[in-house]
Amino acid sequence: MNALVIAALLLVLLTVSYQVGWSRSRKLADGKDTRLHSRPIYHGVLAALFAVLPAIVIIGLWALFSQSVTNSFILAQLPAEVAQQEPFAVQSAIARVQAIASGYGVIGEPTAAETAAASAYASFQQLSFLGVIAAAAALGAGGLFWAQRRIAPRLRARTEVEIFVRLALIACSTVAILTTLGIVLSLLADALRFFSFINPLDFFFGTTWNPRFQSAGTGSAGEYGLLPLLWGTVMISIIAMLVAVPIGLMSAIYLSQYAHERVRSVVKPIIEILAGIPTIVYGFFALVTVGPFLSGLGEAIGIDIRATSALTAGVVMGIMIIPFISSLSDDILGQVPRTMRDGSLGLGATQSETIRKVLLPAALPGVVGAVLLAVSRAIGETMIVVLAAGNSPVLRANPAEPTSTVTVSIVNQLTGDADFTSPQSLVAFALGLTLFAMTLLLNVLALYIVRKFREQYE
Amino acid sequence: MDVLAGKVKVTSKTLDQTMKPAELMDHPIRLSARDVTVHYGEKQALHGISIDIPDRAVTSFIGPSGCGKSTFLRCINRMNDTIEGAKVGGKIELDGEDIYSPDLDVVELRARVGMVFQKPNPFPKSIYDNVAYGPRIHGLAKSKADLDEIVVSSLRKAGLFEEVKDRLSEPGTGLSGGQQQRLCIARAIAVGPEVILMDEPCSALDPIATAIIEELIDELRENYTIVIVTHSMQQAARVSQKTAFFHLGNLIEHGDTEDIFTNPVNKQTQDYIMGRIG
Ligand SMILES: Nc1ncnc2c1ncn2[C@@H]1O[C@H](COP(=O)(O)OP(=O)(O)OP(=O)(O)O)[C@@H](O)[C@H]1O
Ligand SMILES: [Mg+2]
Repeated sequence: MNALVIAALLLVLLTVSYQVGWSRSRKLADGKDTRLHSRPIYHGVLAALFAVLPAIVIIGLWALFSQSVTNSFILAQLPAEVAQQEPFAVQSAIARVQAIASGYGVIGEPTAAETAAASAYASFQQLSFLGVIAAAAALGAGGLFWAQRRIAPRLRARTEVEIFVRLALIACSTVAILTTLGIVLSLLADALRFFSFINPLDFFFGTTWNPRFQSAGTGSAGEYGLLPLLWGTVMISIIAMLVAVPIGLMSAIYLSQYAHERVRSVVKPIIEILAGIPTIVYGFFALVTVGPFLSGLGEAIGIDIRATSALTAGVVMGIMIIPFISSLSDDILGQVPRTMRDGSLGLGATQSETIRKVLLPAALPGVVGAVLLAVSRAIGETMIVVLAAGNSPVLRANPAEPTSTVTVSIVNQLTGDADFTSPQSLVAFALGLTLFAMTLLLNVLALYIVRKFREQYE
Repeated sequence: MDVLAGKVKVTSKTLDQTMKPAELMDHPIRLSARDVTVHYGEKQALHGISIDIPDRAVTSFIGPSGCGKSTFLRCINRMNDTIEGAKVGGKIELDGEDIYSPDLDVVELRARVGMVFQKPNPFPKSIYDNVAYGPRIHGLAKSKADLDEIVVSSLRKAGLFEEVKDRLSEPGTGLSGGQQQRLCIARAIAVGPEVILMDEPCSALDPIATAIIEELIDELRENYTIVIVTHSMQQAARVSQKTAFFHLGNLIEHGDTEDIFTNPVNKQTQDYIMGRIG
């Protein structure tokens, strides 16, 4: 209901002000030989902006502060001792009043004070909403009035609209940047709390990972050496890349250079389906199919391969990443100018010589960029590893043995009864931060390389 | 080297009417096309082209845009094979050998018939590696010294050596447009071709670079059979001995450049040369 009223108000403001701006500027130009600086459409948009933006600002402010305002209003209605209680009890008292006001039942009989507060609250709510709507409408009308007074042949409405557009775009991109910053800061804050328990040196260079949970008794903080996890992550990523890069690259080469258009139009989507499979499903696949297969294979050739191991997780993760590499490399190979290929073929090079000696070297930086992006995906991948790597955070060199990764440990530390004051949980943030730093670095590197590649061909 | 063989074969062939007997002895026919058609999918781009191209002379193809000059040029070293949906019909012989016969090796053909493209397209490699590319692929050099020799002499023939001799290891893409085009010519020469096809080699160049390339073409004529596509009448008149005029996928008229430009037989040719079509 409220939302509808607001939407209707904004819509009315929008159409009316646009219409006013448009027709007024039209009238100015009509008949006389005054030339408008901007077309009427820009005057319309400008008027609409002047009318709608103030209204939106008012409504936005209300949305931001209404909660705390209503809370203090309700508290003021209730007996004074309520406000002296614990914050938690105060909250529930307020919630009770709100529930009564909205007609939902509450546990127990509402007291007289509560009923009185509820009815006061209900009328307050109505009044404040009406007030806000009125304020928004008034401001909108004021904006419109001002905007239409400004309309003149030489008013640079187009330029002003462009400025608005630019500001809006900047605001949107700022949201993305601020979110990233917010994530980093919150990670950082909790990570720092973790480092108040554990020496960073022990974390970054420790070789034992054994975060004893307090429930297990001992009460000691446990050991938080990052290296076993980091090594697990690196090893699995390397195995994944060993699987994904050759297969992905070869299929990209086949698709972009050899395949007939008809084959391409069928095969490419099929490969890309791989990218759409949820990673948890890859996890099943690893657990049920690939793991037993690999360990059977190992048995056959006399190597001891565990069903859940770095190898299993790496291979399946590699399969998951194939479409990532193949479609990126396909694009990159497609960007190498055709004239380059013709030049080589025209000299009597065969197709594979052309690919090896001209296409791939020319596309190399781009392909490297693609691979780095893929690595950062591998590092951040969680579900496959949770299921297939065996969750054994021990520093081992043999990929046929179980291992664990940074992501898996984060999951382990935060699932169950997480108490966000103990190092057992806080370590997750330190791990997350490490992961974030790693992928950020890789992405920056990859973007840099890809950009360099773009420049090569004007 | 095949000149003698070529001469013998020529006598048994339909002779180009416009060629004077005296010239024939110096310029035996190298390439002969009969009834060549090209389809791009459903669309027919060439309608039965028949032409003989003499050895050690420059033949230019002229005609309005889209008339099929590049298409025909690409038939001669089978670059049309690389275009999806292109179908070539008819017969083209190089020294009497059908280049579309299944026995013929395309790689070998392209080594014999080199190509220079409209836009200079050096590989993103060093100048040296650009020129050495072909010889390496075809195993033309037995040693590093051999390869050096080939690279230097090719750059010399392309008139580029003096300008780049101190920067052979710098990327070829760093040269000026005209230098790049000469690098591409050197790259083509390095393979030791007999025929060089050039598709508007000067269209991306300024007048000075164009003059240099034209001079170069004139010198190369002594050792190679050259076919050049050009949009410039003046260029055709300056560098070529033979001219062929294409229009809408047909070969309208061909013969000695002088004849074509001074008294064209066909009305369309006349109009084009006078700048009335295209
Ligand atoms: N790859 C292709 N696919 C489909 N049609 C093509 C292709 N290449 C050329 N054509 C068509 O064949 C015809 C001849 O083209 P071609 O490139 O040979 O003309 P051209 O004489 O070289 O023209 P220009 O002087 O503009 O280079 C044109 O109608 C063109 O649209
Ligand atoms: Mg062309």
